[in-house]
Amino acid sequence: MTTNIKRRVFLKGSVAAGTVGIAVGAGLLAPQAVLAAWPKAAFEAKSIDDALKNAMGDASSSASDAIKIKAPDIAENGAVVPVSVSASLDGAESIALLAEGNAQPLVATFAMGAGALADVSTRIKMGKTSDVIAIVKAGGKLHSARKSVKVTIGGCGG
Amino acid sequence: MAKKSIKIRAKLKGDTTQVKTLMTHPMETGLRKDKKTGKLIPAHFINEVTAESGGKTVMTAYWSGGISKNPYLSFSFDGASAGDEVTISWKDNQGGSDSASAKIK
Repeated sequence: MTTNIKRRVFLKGSVAAGTVGIAVGAGLLAPQAVLAAWPKAAFEAKSIDDALKNAMGDASSSASDAIKIKAPDIAENGAVVPVSVSASLDGAESIALLAEGNAQPLVATFAMGAGALADVSTRIKMGKTSDVIAIVKAGGKLHSARKSVKVTIGGCGG
Repeated sequence: MAKKSIKIRAKLKGDTTQVKTLMTHPMETGLRKDKKTGKLIPAHFINEVTAESGGKTVMTAYWSGGISKNPYLSFSFDGASAGDEVTISWKDNQGGSDSASAKIK
């Protein structure tokens, strides 16, 4: 019985927190626009071409063997898909990571600074079975690689 | 942020420092619906992560809500030595931020 009461309290609390969250979110729409460094248009783009144009300045890329994507062939949980990208290209400046089947395909971009190697790992969400695409910008050109990942439970719905 | 939201491990191997970091964050996409109310859960995710070492920016990452909850990031860079500090800081789309630093081992 007591646990039940606690659960009620908890639920109430989370609902209250939710409304506060909405209020904060609405209030912060303006400052978000000021955050110009974050390429909003690129991340909100629904197509891969649009996302790349906004994030990397170009949509055309050539396939390259120098980029290696490490990701599972089958991901049981689409909410957590470990992905590693490494590129043995000279002068790699930035990496864009996309999940083709996601509503907003661009997942992340990484800009390499002083001495950084083109080698990043992270964990991404995937809505459904699709290709993971890595785009590496090196010497002003875009190079790409893709790997298909089968997702048994999507990680973007709910 | 009262609690520490960033864990960092930085290890030197030869000339290359490998940094692994874990952040604590809900990473809501803004596309998900609350099952009870049917309303959209507002987006709340880290959109910028920067890593600095020796006064230089080593890596800048821009993220969307497509990064998993409690994000993991690992990357490598050259030119640091043992004992140098690596500082990781993040900002989210609701104005939150945090930073932490660790010594390279």
